[in-house]
Amino acid sequence: MEFFVAQVLTGLANASSLFLVACGLSLIFGVTRIVNFAHGSLYMIGAYTGYSLMQVLPGAVGFWGSILIAGLVVGLVGLLIEILVLRPVYRAPELFQLVATFGVILVIQDLALLIWGPEDLLGPRAPGLRGVVRIMGEPIPKYDIALLIITPFVAVALWYLITKTRLGVLVRAATQDREMVGALGVNQSWLFTGVFALGSALAGLGGALQLPKGGADLLMDFNILAPVFVVVVIGGMGSLPGAYLAAIIISVLNVFGVSYLPESTLVLMFVVMIVVLMIRPYGLFGREEVAGEHGQVGEPERPIKPASNTVRMVVAAGLVLLALLPLYGSHFSLVLITDVLIFCLFAASLHFLLGTGGLVSFGHAAYYGGGAYVAALLVTHVNSPMELAFLLAPVGAGLVALAIGWVCLRLTGVYFAMLTLAFAQLIWSLVFQWGDVTGGDDGLVNIWPAEWLKATTVYFYFTLVIAVSGILILRHVAHSPFGYALRAARDSERQAEATGIDTRKVRLLAFGFAGFMGGLAGALFVFSKGSVFPNELEIARSFDALIVVFLGGVKTLAGGVVGAGFFKGIEEVLIRFEYWRLLMGLLIIFVVIAAPDGVVGSLRKGLERVGLRKVEDQ
Amino acid sequence: MKRKTFLKTLLGVATLAALPLAKVAHAEDPIIIGEINHYKRLAAFAEPYKKGIELRLKEVNAAGGVLGRPIEFVFRDDQGKPGEAIKIAEELMTSEGAVMLTGTILSNVGLAISSYAAEKGYVYLASEPLADALVWSAGNPYTFRLRASTYMQASMLAEAAAKTDAVKYATIAPNYAYGKDAVAAFKSALTKLRPDVEFVAEQWPAVFKIDAGAEVQALERAKPDAIYNVTFGPDLAKFVREGTDRGLFDGRNVYGLLSGEPEYIDPLGEEAPEGWTVTGYPWYDLDSGPEGEFVAAYQAEYDDHPRLGSLVGYMTVQSIVAALEKAGSTETEAIRAAFEDLQLATPMGEITYRSIDNQSTAGAYVGTTTVRDGRGVMVDWEYKDGADYLPSDEEVQALRPAE
Amino acid sequence: MSAVLETRGLTRHFGAIVAVDDVSFQLHRGELLALIGPNGAGKSTCFNMLMGQLKPTEGQVLLDGEEITGLLPRQVWRKGVGRTFQITATYASMTVVENVQMALLSHHGEILRFLPFATRQYREEALALLDLVSMADQADRHCAVLAYGDLKRMELAIALAHDPKVLLMDEPTAGMAPKERVGLMKLTADIVRSKGVSVLFTEHDMDVVFAHSHRIMVLNRGALIAEGTAEEIRTNTTVQEVYLGGGTVFADEGGAAHA
Repeated sequence: MEFFVAQVLTGLANASSLFLVACGLSLIFGVTRIVNFAHGSLYMIGAYTGYSLMQVLPGAVGFWGSILIAGLVVGLVGLLIEILVLRPVYRAPELFQLVATFGVILVIQDLALLIWGPEDLLGPRAPGLRGVVRIMGEPIPKYDIALLIITPFVAVALWYLITKTRLGVLVRAATQDREMVGALGVNQSWLFTGVFALGSALAGLGGALQLPKGGADLLMDFNILAPVFVVVVIGGMGSLPGAYLAAIIISVLNVFGVSYLPESTLVLMFVVMIVVLMIRPYGLFGREEVAGEHGQVGEPERPIKPASNTVRMVVAAGLVLLALLPLYGSHFSLVLITDVLIFCLFAASLHFLLGTGGLVSFGHAAYYGGGAYVAALLVTHVNSPMELAFLLAPVGAGLVALAIGWVCLRLTGVYFAMLTLAFAQLIWSLVFQWGDVTGGDDGLVNIWPAEWLKATTVYFYFTLVIAVSGILILRHVAHSPFGYALRAARDSERQAEATGIDTRKVRLLAFGFAGFMGGLAGALFVFSKGSVFPNELEIARSFDALIVVFLGGVKTLAGGVVGAGFFKGIEEVLIRFEYWRLLMGLLIIFVVIAAPDGVVGSLRKGLERVGLRKVEDQ
Repeated sequence: MKRKTFLKTLLGVATLAALPLAKVAHAEDPIIIGEINHYKRLAAFAEPYKKGIELRLKEVNAAGGVLGRPIEFVFRDDQGKPGEAIKIAEELMTSEGAVMLTGTILSNVGLAISSYAAEKGYVYLASEPLADALVWSAGNPYTFRLRASTYMQASMLAEAAAKTDAVKYATIAPNYAYGKDAVAAFKSALTKLRPDVEFVAEQWPAVFKIDAGAEVQALERAKPDAIYNVTFGPDLAKFVREGTDRGLFDGRNVYGLLSGEPEYIDPLGEEAPEGWTVTGYPWYDLDSGPEGEFVAAYQAEYDDHPRLGSLVGYMTVQSIVAALEKAGSTETEAIRAAFEDLQLATPMGEITYRSIDNQSTAGAYVGTTTVRDGRGVMVDWEYKDGADYLPSDEEVQALRPAE
Repeated sequence: MSAVLETRGLTRHFGAIVAVDDVSFQLHRGELLALIGPNGAGKSTCFNMLMGQLKPTEGQVLLDGEEITGLLPRQVWRKGVGRTFQITATYASMTVVENVQMALLSHHGEILRFLPFATRQYREEALALLDLVSMADQADRHCAVLAYGDLKRMELAIALAHDPKVLLMDEPTAGMAPKERVGLMKLTADIVRSKGVSVLFTEHDMDVVFAHSHRIMVLNRGALIAEGTAEEIRTNTTVQEVYLGGGTVFADEGGAAHA
């Protein structure tokens, strides 16, 4: 019993920071519909700022003052981010702002490194709160007790703000119906700015408040991100009580997990999220999202056309140029282009889901890495010939995609996206944890191509043929009746179902097909590198593809491939600079603002504007 | 139309690829060594290491270089991604004209490069990664390793633990390969020395995501006599703080793998744990002999104290220079052969790259932690020669795939 | 005259509310049958049960004597029932003709084909259908830029794609200018005549109803209260009471028609 109580108290104390960060995120999402991936970075800035302030402000007043000021400073940072980065892109397609916040993450990472240096900073102790108190004989750190008191206080303050003040009324109204608030004459953009700043301040507060339990380091932005999103999703996006409850559930369960299932630490929260979403598809306190309710701003996608003969000739010429690369390029250029081609295929497979299918998958790496692992496992454990492993890899990935799709397709919108992410994370942890079979994070090595493919030039041609075929097939399928049916399901599920189209089946097949193609890219990858590690299954890998697809242009057929080629190419150049993340982040933000239709979409519009391209049918 | 922009991009990529990246090496040109590391996100580790390399490079080149040519390192960031590291390795070898590869602090990146090096026939000196697999289960003729491995360092701590009365042990290690290896090695070494010990709890926090309060409670509940810690970085800081607050370490022997390395103990400041038995690097006590000379030279050059990584970086250059001199050429096969049974003097003393498994005999410092002048240091330390903590030749041969 | 579509005792409860109460009627071949009633009378609920969007609590729906109660919308469609929506549901990213081609592809069971170019399949048929609704000249326009009335006509072409026996039109003229309304219903009447389709439609605009329907049913509070020709309905006292005398009237025409 004593132990049980101590466990719960520890869990509740842990919930404190998590709640503060999560409720900020939830608030921002509820009002602005922005999925703010930079929230972890704001938390990190809060921790660093708090640390620096505590170095100069003395005593207990200094300590608590530092935490408050850190919150204010981060709120200000949030204000700037909202005005400079997000405000210009509110009219962009759904989730496009997410890409902008991803750019912000990169910028903040490098700025934090510049300002605070690479060493981990150990958080200062809270004056007067060192040591423990004994509760039923169990030692509980005094600071934990302080957190236990502070959190409900903040929660109540927020509750008061939301339910009793004019700002709160507006926030609630905006969460329910954005247009209405606009119609009532409220300056919507300042409301958004205010809420974003408030949410950011809460994240900063959370970061500063956890200092005595940890510190500030450069990895904390990503480390907090997954749990925070899990909490927000479980609670129901936009719901503060939901975030509070979910933070407590996750934290307490985690504490018990540590005691009774020590190795569960990697997956526990994702399992909880999957279970909750299976039972309550919109989280504990979430509201059903009506399709297109807040998403499809901006103009609708244009009709697609099969390529004209001229276009085909030009593409063929380009491909010939690529095929001749071994004649004029360096040895390394072959390796480089092999990488780029693989990434293009990976991005194109995601683009098929995202663009043609309107299915935002946050876990596409599961199929890419999945394909790579299927091949590697076959080679490692059954000594399969490379050719067979290569053929089975996409099949395996496709089957995984079908299974995941079968479950996830019951949900829509952001919840769908988060569920795909949770499943990808489950697969990742399975591979990570099951060392005997998968090699854990030491990966599987010595997965080399067959003798006839070993030479770099030969493998380059192999990749060129497979990746280009894959991309062309994906493109062609978008033009086929199946691709049209998928678009029909996206444009109007009602009409599609009323004209005999089984939209669920079409989407499921699309999922499997995209997974197959992602797996093909993974198979190309593993044999080009000779090894595979769990990081090919990570969230970050999924986001690599997601970002380039968005930047390339979701609403254009070529967006995925162009985005992948363009940004992979730029990354190759930037990576040679010390602060390349900063540059890359700024570039992403720039593209998001300057080209809200993606590179391809905006290029198309630009050409139309200057009259180089005929404006179709307006 | 969409095809047109698609094509433009293809053209752009093609142009990029066609840039004349290849260079031809001339006799007077420096000898290039390709160095790959996690410079960005683990800068706290990689920077001192890089400084160690640069210090030795300066000394060597001032003394006329190697084989009559200056020696130069090309440093590249692997972003922590094995796939990226392999691409960089290829670029270093084929475009930058590197004669061999070295580096990586992350074990998985080290394993990826090792596999790649064997396939392509490049020599790779794994300077920092600790994974046992590098030289054993995934070992290959082209990969050599400098630093004392997980197995060796864990064995040193097990040796110290075996001398105490403690029988009930609890372990806490990050939930990934390094943590698993480190616990397995400690268990096997300790059980060999003391068959009566018992492991009563194993905690596996996710790396850099420790829930320290809960972990400490779980360890406390098992009531162990002694604790073996493998956590590091921010996890270690949180673990030490919660453990100290909650009295977990009171009256218990604690063993910390790498916990005494300045990289890990410095950030803890005055809250560094006291009385832990750790492997680490007591640079503050080294004032004579080759070890002291290195510390002095480093401090003179950088106005900062060396970390363990600095020493490893310094020894990396020493090893490569020795191998090149012994090889008398920059041909891969010659360098590879030269590394086998290569002997050289380092600040740590004489080390040998064993031909049986390509592992160097560099050892580690083992001591007890305490807090002096507001920072954690090791006292009563002793340098343990790595050669004494490796398995028997028969065992090693069984571990390594046939060559 | 034989019944193409028939309901027997169709009933739907939402909790304690009875939205549709024991509705039985027959739609005859070649007939243009109107279902009218004040807002909240249960017209849309009734429609949704016919099409499979809602399952009836009780009762049956028969198509050519075959029971289709409880089938999914896409299954009902395959049986030969087409529909248009009160608020148009179209594929905004496609051209007008492609919208129609989708229905044709589905009708011919070619949705899961990966090889052909969709835009080249059944184009002639689709153009012919568009011609029928006088939209052929706009066939290759982006459907997102069409005027609302044109969208409605396009939807009609889609609904006719699989040569349905029965066409269900939920407020076909809602949101259209008065002049367009007459045009659309005249077009529908022509199609009924030339193709022998049977049409059941709901409508608010009484001019449209009285001008074109062969027969009219009046629904109030979930129950059928009258049935007959335009003249009979016009003179029916119960109907007059419902529409003119208090209770639910057509005053809030713009509101949700859902029961």
